[in-house]
Amino acid sequence: MDLSLSTRTEGDRTVVEVGGEIDVYTAPKLREQLVELVNDGNHHLVVDMERVDFLDSTGLGVLVGGLKRVRAQEGSLRLVCNQERILKIFRITGLTKVFPIHESVEEAIAATD
Amino acid sequence: MATVELRFSASPEHVRTARLVAAAVARRAGVEESVLDELRLAVGEACSRAVGLHTVHGLATPVRVVLTEGEKTFSIEVGDDAPSVVPSPRDEAAAEAAEETDELGLAVISGLVDDVEVISDSHGGKIRMTWPTATAAFS
Repeated sequence: MDLSLSTRTEGDRTVVEVGGEIDVYTAPKLREQLVELVNDGNHHLVVDMERVDFLDSTGLGVLVGGLKRVRAQEGSLRLVCNQERILKIFRITGLTKVFPIHESVEEAIAATD
Repeated sequence: MATVELRFSASPEHVRTARLVAAAVARRAGVEESVLDELRLAVGEACSRAVGLHTVHGLATPVRVVLTEGEKTFSIEVGDDAPSVVPSPRDEAAAEAAEETDELGLAVISGLVDDVEVISDSHGGKIRMTWPTATAAFS
């Protein structure tokens, strides 16, 4: 399965819905999408990962890169994920401390620091 | 002797194929279903790392994946031809990004696999990962 991406705006947040597999082959597409969004002035991103079947360290690297970009603009990047096998990858790499991870898009949109 | 051996040209689109083959052979060898997801991820990480190393070093040789069914174990060895000495890349930002991903990849592998060995010398590197198989595996 390939990577699918779609974006929508909810108030001042931009929701990026990601589906399929994020790996060394598909991660550049996600990177491009995040870079484009930030360059276009979308600095508060919510990445919905509920439909992601596979995520590897390349994907993690892209998300970290996205976080750095939005932070440089005083923005935010929040993740939505309930899948244990995906959450496990964030835990073993210590990235649960870096990303705010929410149970639903609604929760992520409502969240403020 | 290896149960299945795979060689693929070092480009990202083949990593998924390697993951699928490794998981299929592991299932057949009797590796528990609950471990297959982790195995798939670990072998993908090892292959992504090898592809990255071949790209950085400009190597045209393939990445090797050796899947071996033992009596009570299943092992996967991913081999690259990159010398352990890292050349100094011109683009520092790209080098930094590559290194970050490389470290994350190894962190994922060591977090997922209990029995893992990383060997590297002037001829290339190898990541060897081993999982137990169910004793009453089908033959």
